[in-house]
Amino acid sequence: MSPIQELLQARQQRQTRRVFLGQASQGLGALALASLLRPDAVRAATSGSDHWEGVVNPMHFAPKARRVIWLTQAGGPSHLETFDPKPKLAEMHGQPMPDSFTKGRQIAQLQGQKLLCYGPQLKFQKFGRNGIELCELFPQIGSVADEICWIRSMTTEAINHDPAHMFMNTGSQIAGRPSMGSWLTYGLGSDARNLPGFVVLTSLGRGGQNQPIAARQWAPGFLPSRFQGVHLRGKGDPVLYLGNPDGITRSRQKDVVDTVNRLNREHDAVVDDPEIATRITQYEMAFQMQASVPELMDLSAEPRSILELYGCQPGDGSFASNCLLARRLAERGVRFIQLYHKDWDHHGGVKQGVEFKAQEVDRAAMALITDLRQRDLLRDTLIVWAGEFGRTPMSQGGDGRDHHNAGFTVWMCGGGARPGTVYGATDELGYAAVENPIDVHDLHATMLRLLGIEHTRLSVKFQGLDARLTGIAGRVVPELMT
Amino acid sequence: MLFRRRQPRHSALRVAGFLLPAAMLVAAPKVDFNRDIRPVLSDNCFACHGPDASKVKGGLRLDDRDRALQPAKSGKVALVPGKPEASELIFRIQTADADDRMPPAESHKTLTPAQKDLLRRWIAEGAEYKGHWAYAKPARIDAPPGPAAVDFFVGRRLAEAGIKPAPEADRRTLLRRLSWDLSGLPPTPEEIAAFENDPSPDAYERRVEALLASPRYGERMALPWLDAVRFADTIGYHSDTPRNIWPYRDYVIRAFNRNMPFDQFTREQLAGDLLPNPTLDQKVASGFNRLLLTTEEGGAQARDYEARYLTDRVRAVGSVWLGQTIGCAQCHDHKFDPITSRDFYSMGAFFADVSEAIVGAREPGMPVPDDDQSVVLALHERDVAALQREWDGPHPGLSNRFENWQDAERARILADALWVAPKAASATSAEGAELRIRDDASILVAGKNPERDTYVVRFTNGIPHLAGLQVEVLPDDSLPSKGPGRAGNGNFVLTELTVRVESPSAPARTLNLRNPRASIEQASHVDTNPYGRWSAASAVDGDTRGETAGWAILPQVGRPQRLRVTTERVESLAPDDALVVELRQRHGDGHNLGRFRIQWTGDSGLADAAVAESAPAEIASLLRTPPGALDDAGRSRLFEYYKETDPQLAPLRQRLAAARKAKSDFEATLPRTLVTMRADAPRVVRILPRGNWMIETGEEVAPALPAFLAPQRTAPARLTRLDLADWIVSPENPLTARVIVNRVWRQFFGTGLSKVADDFGAQGEPPSHPELLDWLACEFRDSGWDLKHLVRLIVLSGTYRQDSKASRELMARDPDNRLLARQGRWRIEAELVRDQALSLGGLLVADIGGPSAKPYQPPGYWENLNFPVRDYDASPGAQQYRRGLYTWWQRSYVHPSLLAFDAPTREECAAERNRSNIPQQALVLLNDPSYVEAARGFAVRILKAPATEGDAARADWAWRQVLGRAPSASERKTVLALLEKHRSEFRSDPESAGRFLKMGATPPPPDLDAASLAAWTDVARALLSLHETLTRS
Repeated sequence: MSPIQELLQARQQRQTRRVFLGQASQGLGALALASLLRPDAVRAATSGSDHWEGVVNPMHFAPKARRVIWLTQAGGPSHLETFDPKPKLAEMHGQPMPDSFTKGRQIAQLQGQKLLCYGPQLKFQKFGRNGIELCELFPQIGSVADEICWIRSMTTEAINHDPAHMFMNTGSQIAGRPSMGSWLTYGLGSDARNLPGFVVLTSLGRGGQNQPIAARQWAPGFLPSRFQGVHLRGKGDPVLYLGNPDGITRSRQKDVVDTVNRLNREHDAVVDDPEIATRITQYEMAFQMQASVPELMDLSAEPRSILELYGCQPGDGSFASNCLLARRLAERGVRFIQLYHKDWDHHGGVKQGVEFKAQEVDRAAMALITDLRQRDLLRDTLIVWAGEFGRTPMSQGGDGRDHHNAGFTVWMCGGGARPGTVYGATDELGYAAVENPIDVHDLHATMLRLLGIEHTRLSVKFQGLDARLTGIAGRVVPELMT
Repeated sequence: MLFRRRQPRHSALRVAGFLLPAAMLVAAPKVDFNRDIRPVLSDNCFACHGPDASKVKGGLRLDDRDRALQPAKSGKVALVPGKPEASELIFRIQTADADDRMPPAESHKTLTPAQKDLLRRWIAEGAEYKGHWAYAKPARIDAPPGPAAVDFFVGRRLAEAGIKPAPEADRRTLLRRLSWDLSGLPPTPEEIAAFENDPSPDAYERRVEALLASPRYGERMALPWLDAVRFADTIGYHSDTPRNIWPYRDYVIRAFNRNMPFDQFTREQLAGDLLPNPTLDQKVASGFNRLLLTTEEGGAQARDYEARYLTDRVRAVGSVWLGQTIGCAQCHDHKFDPITSRDFYSMGAFFADVSEAIVGAREPGMPVPDDDQSVVLALHERDVAALQREWDGPHPGLSNRFENWQDAERARILADALWVAPKAASATSAEGAELRIRDDASILVAGKNPERDTYVVRFTNGIPHLAGLQVEVLPDDSLPSKGPGRAGNGNFVLTELTVRVESPSAPARTLNLRNPRASIEQASHVDTNPYGRWSAASAVDGDTRGETAGWAILPQVGRPQRLRVTTERVESLAPDDALVVELRQRHGDGHNLGRFRIQWTGDSGLADAAVAESAPAEIASLLRTPPGALDDAGRSRLFEYYKETDPQLAPLRQRLAAARKAKSDFEATLPRTLVTMRADAPRVVRILPRGNWMIETGEEVAPALPAFLAPQRTAPARLTRLDLADWIVSPENPLTARVIVNRVWRQFFGTGLSKVADDFGAQGEPPSHPELLDWLACEFRDSGWDLKHLVRLIVLSGTYRQDSKASRELMARDPDNRLLARQGRWRIEAELVRDQALSLGGLLVADIGGPSAKPYQPPGYWENLNFPVRDYDASPGAQQYRRGLYTWWQRSYVHPSLLAFDAPTREECAAERNRSNIPQQALVLLNDPSYVEAARGFAVRILKAPATEGDAARADWAWRQVLGRAPSASERKTVLALLEKHRSEFRSDPESAGRFLKMGATPPPPDLDAASLAAWTDVARALLSLHETLTRS
């Protein structure tokens, strides 16, 4: 038995014993009861507990997905060079964009400029039994195209990176709302015992279009801090302050933690404060994370075949490595795993830019799907591939594309997403979603539905409102589900 | 002990406590609308039957009694006073028929049996409505004066409930509590001992006064205020770049320490700039209006962000002063409270006069000198003023020289006008720049700017005689630094100018040019220029002295300049001859011409005339006006212009310029802060339907107070932010005094009297002690908004001084402590966790204010910031050990040690903080270098403590420092066990002790035994991490 397994077992025994002795004062029973009886059991969640089971109990529907891996393609991928073929746009290349398409729409950096059509810069070809047409630079994703649920009619409200990420993550452009991973861990808890329930990984591509990403994108907003996303970093301590101080061995650290907990227990005997039991648990959890996180991050134990499948080297910090880490996190029961791959902001050089991105993303995404499938995890893991917006069919600076929110492509895979479907369409120039448009709230509502949650019922009282991930909107799209 | 916990803490009673509002813990004989009914109606019914006119279903409104008593669309009457059975409402909430049942299934709302019973009883008792509690002016009912009033109201509720208040806490606990609450730092063991042994009857009162007088008080009070107003060092959106604003934070601390009346505090922040002769401090205070999130993101649209800024500011006023969720009315009339969209945008219009870039970098702001700097600044100002007086005159002879100058200039202008400027037939660039011939015959260059270029301009206009030509270079807004050149600084170098005549009948001939002159020739600071300056001559030398020398004009860019040459003899040209002018620019670095015009003359007198710098267009136009037709303004403008060029005044001019420069150089070293400056014209504010900024058809609105709170004033002039501030602190506004009292109360009890600190609307919670809240609000207002008075009333009360321990029975009965039969206890705020560690470590620097500090931070934490990419450099020296309050607040990446303890990002106004208990807190306390260094500092203090010998005595000493009490025998044993084990480990492993002790910027004293120090450091780490250490009780 490894030291970690030993720790785990000891901990489990401890928990069992405590529950048996009725010691879990803030334990599952009390919290679940509180959350049942009081929908805003947030206060109970604030005080923490051994383990948070989530407020959605029982589930609103039988869940098809149990966890989510959200592959954020940050910067705004061009749908026109990836997954939305537009031959008509090629024909119109260089001609003025007809006013009828653009009138009354938001425009970002192309404000006040002459709008010219810019034909797709890369070739498309048909993939899979269903002949789904994709850019030829994505043959690996193409090889699993029949397992993917394609949405070519995505829209969003925001058109600048920061608010657009906020909207995609929280359903609001106003800071301070919980990110979707926070909502899910609040709603469902997490099966991960020694890891956070909501984990974030970031990577930067070769083109270097490094748009900033704020920590608010994984912030818990008005939900308690325990639901915040934890950023696992590629360099330095994977979790902030995870490493012991220099010169402090694991056993010395354990001595200090044990001393603190022993003293806290003694103090509890005097003042009788339930918060103390919680604090003791948190120190134990912290100590365990100091072992479990490095173990998680260490890809050297992965067989060569797996590293080759993803196309990554341990410690290279690539999107592919993060995809492999996402699988490991999924195996460990983490509820919401969000990857940010930056560098999709192709105001110029969109052709070269997407060529780089294809090399970084294509194999890795296929590998994640394949690897989850071969471990029987794809069934109940929902993968979402999405940027914060798309890009204009008009050219910017002669060889790039501007931000665009009227129509773009995202895809889902596994976890009850309907495979091999192409849902919705943009107009013939790839400007606006005209057939079955869906917005961010719809996407969220559908995701929650797959996870067994009725989106209108996952709410928290905030500033007098029953605040939800889906705001006051959201429509579950049955065509996207099996 | 094992069985102690078997008594359930979450008993049925506790669950009942969850369900019932605080007010219902006591059996109420009569149903009270505000306490019992409005919350039920608001939460379950108002969304469809409430104030939002556009959403009312079935013609029924329940927020207004008159309407609720009318038949609805269905013809049925919802409320029949006295007759529950005849009331449709009662039928609807009780029916089993899903089609009729209210609230409907899709709302996911259900009424509890207790709520249904309340509604029935309420109708039976007459279905009386009352205005919403928070919108009625606070009324003071009779109570004993002073702090006894607090105990009077709290005691009355407790007596009704049959609960006894807790006894007074012991003195150690009391002083610790008081110190945390008023200064944010724990007391020293000596202070505790002195208080414990002080027999005087006013022992406690004196501690209160001492703490109120300490400068730490202002820092402590600033913490929740800075959250409320969302103070931060960076802009928030996208690049999240820094901005200058920390002087505002220091203003807040000063205001609390000086006990500035809260009404003044309000006026200064909202409208300090509008006060008569505002002081520096009042202008700094107006920085409040600049605290919001702003963006520099490329492609951000101004109207989008203009709307965001407006809504941000309205939410801030709502949250900070009114306790209203006005933000809801951005898109529609409020669902629960009588706030309309018009109220929302009219409130926003108050801020339409704030001058600011909508998209882009913030300006540096106003200089804020400290006292010493003010003295120096005053000296500079005196110098400038003295020279200015001298400059203002009188100056003998100046008016004569002015008249002479005018005569000469007028003659020159007449002569210049004789030059002709024909339009060129063609103009081309050898390197592919775009040359555009404009209607005024000038040529504007655009497109790519090559390193070097040659322009060829061809004229076919049939000039009969040619005696000279001039190249006039002209500024243009499209050029860098307005030109006339295309280099970044607006300069150019014309290295060679040639003119040749092309004739259909004869070979082309190049004309010889002589007498080169220019209105300005740039001085040269490089030895390689053979002319010693960038002269006109070097542009017509046939490049005999190198091709890179030429004519340039720095620093006189941004205005017209001329180079003039004379032809060797007067040339006569045939009508079909073409003149070709070639302008070579071989200097490099894009030093090419941006806009120029070529002019000719056939008159040799004109051709040989001196060339002067052209007066600016405005002056030239004044000079062209006949002297008799000039008005006074024109004449004085001309005079001013001349005075600035008068050669005899040059020395004085230079002295004045030098003094001004010295002053501005000094000002550049001063800290700056964003303040509110009034724009010349306020932005137009329209109601945005559904909050959509792209819809421009909404009605335009002027600043106005919320109609439901203030009867619409007809003002003769547009209302200002000062009017808004005046109204906020006027007796007409029922909200603000309550909101502030409630927030201050929260600081001293952990929860406000109304639990939801930022929502006093229908969806908030009615106060647990409405009469106490009102009494305190009146007392606060009537005392002249005296905050220290309010604080005294609270902390001197018996209610505040109670023990925080609760019996099991009380825990079950009142788990949230709404009845105040005890004190609260909670984990101290993020900043205070840091302050305590630094203080125990002997590291805390007690300075007040100044630029924000950067404590150690894990490398790479800012890796996802960009525009620009940023390094984090931890502050050196004393700045490293500042209180947490002064930590650099990077909105998108708040310092992770603060974030772990629930510090808000300050992107939005926050009236309260979470109090979470998460593993990251343990990681910070155990592993953050700041805490390890503090622990080591504490260990040094332990080892050097005077008159302390032996491990046990040292452990006791340490314990007293941290907790103000001696350890129990078993606590002592536990820490000594850790000490001994680690001391012997570090003895046998000195290398790791050495590495451990290196942590942080302050080296430990060399005279201490390393193993011992390392082991005590581990003890200190444990003590700093204790629950009791982190808890205010």
